[in-house]
Formats: sequence, structure tokens, C-alpha cells
Amino acid sequence: MSTAIPADTTAKFADYADGSRLVSTEWVAEHAGEPGLVIVESDEDVLLYETGHIPGAVKVDWHTELNDTVTRDYVDGEGFAALMSAKGISREDTIVFYGDKSNWWAAYALWVFSLFGHEDVRLMDGGRSKWQAEERELSTEKPRREPTEYPVIDRDDSTLRAFLLEVRDSLGKRPLIDVRSPEEYSGERTHMPAYPEEGALRGGHIPTAASVPWAKAANEDGTFKSAEELKAIYTDEAGLGTADEVIAYCRIGERSSHTWFVLQHLLGYTSVRNYDGSWTEWGNVVGVPIVTGSEAGEVPSR
Amino acid sequence: MTADTDAAMADNSDLPESLVEIVEDFAETETGDRLQLLLEFASELPEVPQRYSDHPELLEPVPECQSPIFVVTEVENPEQGDAAIVKLHFSAPPEAPTTRGFAGILHEGLNGQTAEVVLSIPSDLPLRLSMTEIVSPLRLRGMSGMLSRIQRQTSERIGKITGQ
Repeated sequence: MSTAIPADTTAKFADYADGSRLVSTEWVAEHAGEPGLVIVESDEDVLLYETGHIPGAVKVDWHTELNDTVTRDYVDGEGFAALMSAKGISREDTIVFYGDKSNWWAAYALWVFSLFGHEDVRLMDGGRSKWQAEERELSTEKPRREPTEYPVIDRDDSTLRAFLLEVRDSLGKRPLIDVRSPEEYSGERTHMPAYPEEGALRGGHIPTAASVPWAKAANEDGTFKSAEELKAIYTDEAGLGTADEVIAYCRIGERSSHTWFVLQHLLGYTSVRNYDGSWTEWGNVVGVPIVTGSEAGEVPSR
Repeated sequence: MTADTDAAMADNSDLPESLVEIVEDFAETETGDRLQLLLEFASELPEVPQRYSDHPELLEPVPECQSPIFVVTEVENPEQGDAAIVKLHFSAPPEAPTTRGFAGILHEGLNGQTAEVVLSIPSDLPLRLSMTEIVSPLRLRGMSGMLSRIQRQTSERIGKITGQ
């Protein structure tokens, strides 16, 4: 981690495997504007930033900026460098992400930035709603940051990201975590409650996957649960134990980024990968095994 | 991008003037400024009258939208059928500005129009707003969900069955 921007010394964070990945709203209020620190807002609602944001924060939109516009994939190294330059972000900068929906999309952006190896990325615990609930300052003024010379870095798809074939080969060898709602897990529905149908032909889950809806990791106010609570949920109840490698998935890879952050940074699992193809891929592929109902299911014999 | 150019060039003669104006405003606005325009619609969305804020059960939810929104369609003098005047009310929270923006567009374009006009609005209206590059297709589908509910409620109010 870069040493220029200090870590948040909030006591709660010290109990996590890497508590320096989190900062509090107080910390952000205190440090915003310091050179070398960039605050990035990433929301599901594309207009929320425009209604008012943390003063000085820049916006990164998952749909229009992090995705390739043609292929179902993220931007490539050149695209990412161009985006960072346009946002005025340098390779050495510390980035603090925050957003709506308990930081769900902020965690997604953080994960994509991590694919490009941007080193010092942190989340603001509690996200946008906590900042607003505390009646902290919001601004509609868009910051003008000087374009930077961000290097072109190849995206590393092998460390933090899992693809269909790897997931299929993992069955029975590595634990899988399904972070969708119980109804999606059982196959009753193929999309989130109260969300539109997004096109999966089959319902259910990947055999052997444990069901841990992503929101279990968050408190009412959107902050992360304590290290001890998280350990009880994932290590014990979901049975991850001391696994070396874990793969998380959801519907398109956004909710599972939130869980990825928890497992990788807060609980310190060595190798956690997000399967971003997730159910919209698995639920449409010909011939892959699917389990319905609330049981995890067995590894298929062939 | 072709989608938006097509939208600007498209024949909008099947839309009422109020919506043609909105469609053209979006098409003529630089891509980077379109969100600002949508935000204006979000801010201009009127509050629901108290008779509905006191009785939220009278409002119909729109599950196609990613954020909670409720819509209710009122028809003055329903016995006038197609010529009856339609009034629209929407309720959406401030933390869902995109959804509010869509509701604002429908309010501006359709409130006070006749039932005939409301029922004639083509279902591809959201795709004509030059927003396919800035807003995900799922969200645009949410706007279609609002429109189809407004049309179904209008049909019901004037006693016309449209097979929806």
C-alpha cells in the first residue's frame, strides 16, 4: 500500500485481515482534497452523482465506463488508461470508492480496478447512504482534475477473476459461494426480487455452491459487519474454513464483488475469485449441471 | 453511435407534440449533457397529491424498475372514452433520480393528454430518447414498464379492453 495517505485507525477496522482497505466517513471528511487521494463514486443509479456527491469526488459508471461497449467484458488496458487519465487519476493515487446500495457498485468498481493492479484501493464503510444520513456535505460541482499519464497495464484475468470452464473444473475441489437471494438460489426465480428479468433460461445454482446472500455481510446502515460476525457467517456457517481458493458468483458479478471484498480483504482468504459471468452465463449454457432447491447439491459424476 | 443517430433521424410523427419536443431536446443535447437534462426532469416531477401520499395502496408499483416507483392514472369524465383527459401521478424516492427522470418525462409528455393519445404511444418510446449509450437497457425497460402500466390503467378507467 502507498504510504503517502495514512490508513484509517478506526478500532473496528483493526480486526479485519487488511483493515487498511476500509475508511470511515469521518476519515473521508478529514482527508478529502489531499493530494494523492481520489474519491470515486460508483452507483447503480446513473444520475445519483449528479444530484450531489462528496465534494471533489469523481464519478465512474460501471455500465458506460468499465464495460466494453461491444464484447461482454471489461475495458482493456488501453481503455482503462484512457479512463484513468480522463478522470485525473494517477497510478500511485490512493482511491477511496463509495456508492449507493451498501457499496455494492463501489465494490464492483474496486474489483475492476484491482484487475488492473491499481494498488491502493479502499472502500468508504457505509457508502453514500451513511454519508447522507450523517448530513455531511454534498456538492453538485464537478471537480476539474488535470488529465494524467496513466500507464497501459494489461488486465490480469487470472488472479481475481474466474471463467466458466474454471468454475466447472472447480466443482468439488474449491468452495463456491452463491451470493444471490434465496429465491434465485433455489431456482424459484432467475432475477432479484423487485428487479427486472435479465435473461437466464434456467433457474437454480451451481452444484456445491453455498448460499450466502451478499447483504448478510452488511449492517442495516450499510457498513460491514465486524470481523467476528463475518467469520461466523463465511468461515463457519458457509463452511469455507481454511480454504485456499474460493469463487463467488451472483447474477452478473456485481453483488459478488461485495462478497469478494469481504473474503479477500476483510477475512484474508488467499485466493478469492469473482465469476463475473455468473448466473446470466451459467443459467444459459447448454449442458452445464444445475441444482434446484435449497440444498447445495452433489458434484455431478461426469 | 448509430442508435442515437437513428433516434434523432427517426420519424416521430406517431408521437404527440409534447413528446416530440422531449425526444428532439434529448437528440439535440450533447451526449455528455443528457444526464443533466434527465436530472431536470427528475427535479420537476411533481409530488403526489395528499390523497395518494396518505393512501399509498392506491398507487400501483412498477416492478420492472430497479428502484421503487409507483404510478396512478386518473381519468376525468371516463364516459368520454377516447376523448377523456388523463392525469398522471408518480411517487419515487429522491435516491432514485433516474427513475424519477423517466417518470418526469412521461409526466411532461402525457399528463393532460386525451386517453386516445396516451393509448397511442408506441412501446419503443424509451429507445427514442437518445439514452441507449448512457443508461443501461434494463433501466430503459423500466420506463417501458411505467408506460405499459399507464396505458393499461387508462384502458381500465375508460372501460376499454385492449387485451393487455
